[in-house]
Amino acid sequence: MMSAQTLYDKIWAMHEVRPDIEGSGLIYIDRHLVHEVTSPQAFEGLQLAGRDLWRKESIVAVPDHNTPTIGLEFGITDPVARLQVETLDKNCDTHQLIEFKIGDERRGIVHVIGPEQGATLPGMTVVCGDSHTSTHGAFAALAFGIGTSEVEHVMATQCLIQGKSKNMRITVDGAVADGITAKDIVLRIIGEIGTAGGNGYTIEFAGDAITSLSMEGRMTVCNMTIEGGARAGLIGCDQTTIDYVKGRPFSPTGENWNKAVEYWQDLHSDDGAVFDREIHIDGASIEPQVTWGTSPEMVVAVSQLVPDPASETDLVKSGGMQKALEYMGLKANMAFKDVMLDKVFIGSCTNSRIEDMRAAAAVAKGRQVADTIMVAMVVPGSGLVKKQAEAEGLDKIFIDAGFEWREPGCSMCLAMNADRLDPGERCASTSNRNFEGRQGQGGRTHLVSPAMAAAAAVTGHFIDVRKLT
Amino acid sequence: MDKFEKLTGVVAGIDRPNIDTDAIIPKQYLKSIKRSGFGPTLFDDWRYLEPGEPGGDHAKRRINPDFVLNQKPYDQAKILITRENFGCGSSREHAVWALMDFGLKVVIAPSFADIFHNNSFKTGLLPISLTADQVEQLFLELNQHVDSSSGYSLTIDLAAQAVITPAGVRMSFDINEFRKHCLLEGLDDIGLTMQHAEQIKAFESQYYSKAPWLL
Ligand code: SF4
Repeated sequence: MMSAQTLYDKIWAMHEVRPDIEGSGLIYIDRHLVHEVTSPQAFEGLQLAGRDLWRKESIVAVPDHNTPTIGLEFGITDPVARLQVETLDKNCDTHQLIEFKIGDERRGIVHVIGPEQGATLPGMTVVCGDSHTSTHGAFAALAFGIGTSEVEHVMATQCLIQGKSKNMRITVDGAVADGITAKDIVLRIIGEIGTAGGNGYTIEFAGDAITSLSMEGRMTVCNMTIEGGARAGLIGCDQTTIDYVKGRPFSPTGENWNKAVEYWQDLHSDDGAVFDREIHIDGASIEPQVTWGTSPEMVVAVSQLVPDPASETDLVKSGGMQKALEYMGLKANMAFKDVMLDKVFIGSCTNSRIEDMRAAAAVAKGRQVADTIMVAMVVPGSGLVKKQAEAEGLDKIFIDAGFEWREPGCSMCLAMNADRLDPGERCASTSNRNFEGRQGQGGRTHLVSPAMAAAAAVTGHFIDVRKLT
Repeated sequence: MDKFEKLTGVVAGIDRPNIDTDAIIPKQYLKSIKRSGFGPTLFDDWRYLEPGEPGGDHAKRRINPDFVLNQKPYDQAKILITRENFGCGSSREHAVWALMDFGLKVVIAPSFADIFHNNSFKTGLLPISLTADQVEQLFLELNQHVDSSSGYSLTIDLAAQAVITPAGVRMSFDINEFRKHCLLEGLDDIGLTMQHAEQIKAFESQYYSKAPWLL
């Protein structure tokens, strides 16, 4: 009998073309997602070398990082960004690749549209020139971000040379309290393991608190795996996964569907599988989280105080905390209710799916964005999320409350377009990175869940959303 | 890719952990569709006192005189030493392109983020992991040379897998054999994989017969 395998080991074994290229394996890639920022140099490389694409059907392309979220009918006014989007269009046309162009309602953030279209399926290997490709691991797919040279490598060979990573399992035991979301779970996990904690590992998330999440919630958790240092996060396939995938445009149908489902049943770690590292977190102990510093590991429960570097004994760490507090313009031991905000951003591949829209709208309903907030922006993850939200009347709730309702894209998650923070501005954001300057040079980002962001918008400061009256 | 030769070069130090790729090359420069020209905007937010835009003339911007790479002789640095988890954050290979375009050939740190580490080898940048104590030692020696006009230099011998200090102390490092071979020979990964094209095709035929819904 075969020894018990982890889910990661199983997917790896299924895709191994050559077991050993001197310490690394050559693995086969099923799905290649492509966007405008990390692909132009790869297409150019192929052309210069006179190479063709190995399997065009594996590619789904979409412009998302650079695209405006208002005034799209006038095109992209930034000429540098426009050239990049046009270059993607041209490359996709030349090679006859599937692309959801501007104007197509299926367009959106690459990690939102992949699953939405059924282009991400259980058991697949999924890559994209973007670190948040880890999102797709929610489908028991081995999904990870790659650099532009690797984008070119996959285009040319359908394969990647990869070192096999170690296995880590993070089990969130028991149920979380009411009002605690996937974002709070994953922020808490990152606080626990640190931003480098997952380096060299693929992380499998398990436990009741994880398996009881919807696919949207699971995607939020896997999305931020990279913030814990691991390239890929995984969640075993179950009925929730299969129900989500069923009937989507790229999903199998008929006899193929039955075959696929049978195959997918095995996409979980075997009982007795051995992990190199195991971590347990008590689900019931998780509170709404908020980051206070310039790294996602700098996170605490909103009920706590802003940490004090003086209480950290490790000198390198305490120096880092001090720097972060200075950048963030915060004082040690402040209460979060005293942290006043300038902007609010609800969106990004972490939190821009229909459930996120619903969670934020539930808080915004019947309330008003505080006068002190300059902009509160809601950016749905795709045209289809937007349409669904509008069908449910969520857009109206947001607009009535004083939020802006935008077109899909990455937007203020990385501020490559016009949506950004000005120096010194403070933002409650549902995105995934609070690095210095991430949302605009000098901008100060606090990562929170959609419900917490909406609560911050209507009060003007941070507050435990469960206490909002 | 150029062959990675044995080199001796000036060392610059940035004493911070978790330097992310947004810090290495801010997003506005990712709008470029080219692989070159990122050197002047490496560590842009730290290097200049005013914001920059892609396509702008960076020579005209006010530089931050306190930032190490703006100071002589570190503006000629070939080797960067820094703290753990260097290159965390996004997958942008532009971070590696920017370091290389500036003239850096080696980054020494106690640890690197996985994607950055992987990307480095594809472009010919050598990431060297030493222990935290060894890195600390290098920082100490570097700091003793701050007043010297020629700075502090290290020799990197990839073939021998050693970092050699001016005093002749050798610190050896580990590296995957295949990656070492590719760097030393300047080999193109795609060309290497293409040699296995028949094997990839054979894999596909058995794979798609087992998983026909993926075809
Ligand atoms: S939403 Fe943000 S994190 Fe996600 S793909 Fe876009 S830029 Fe990257």
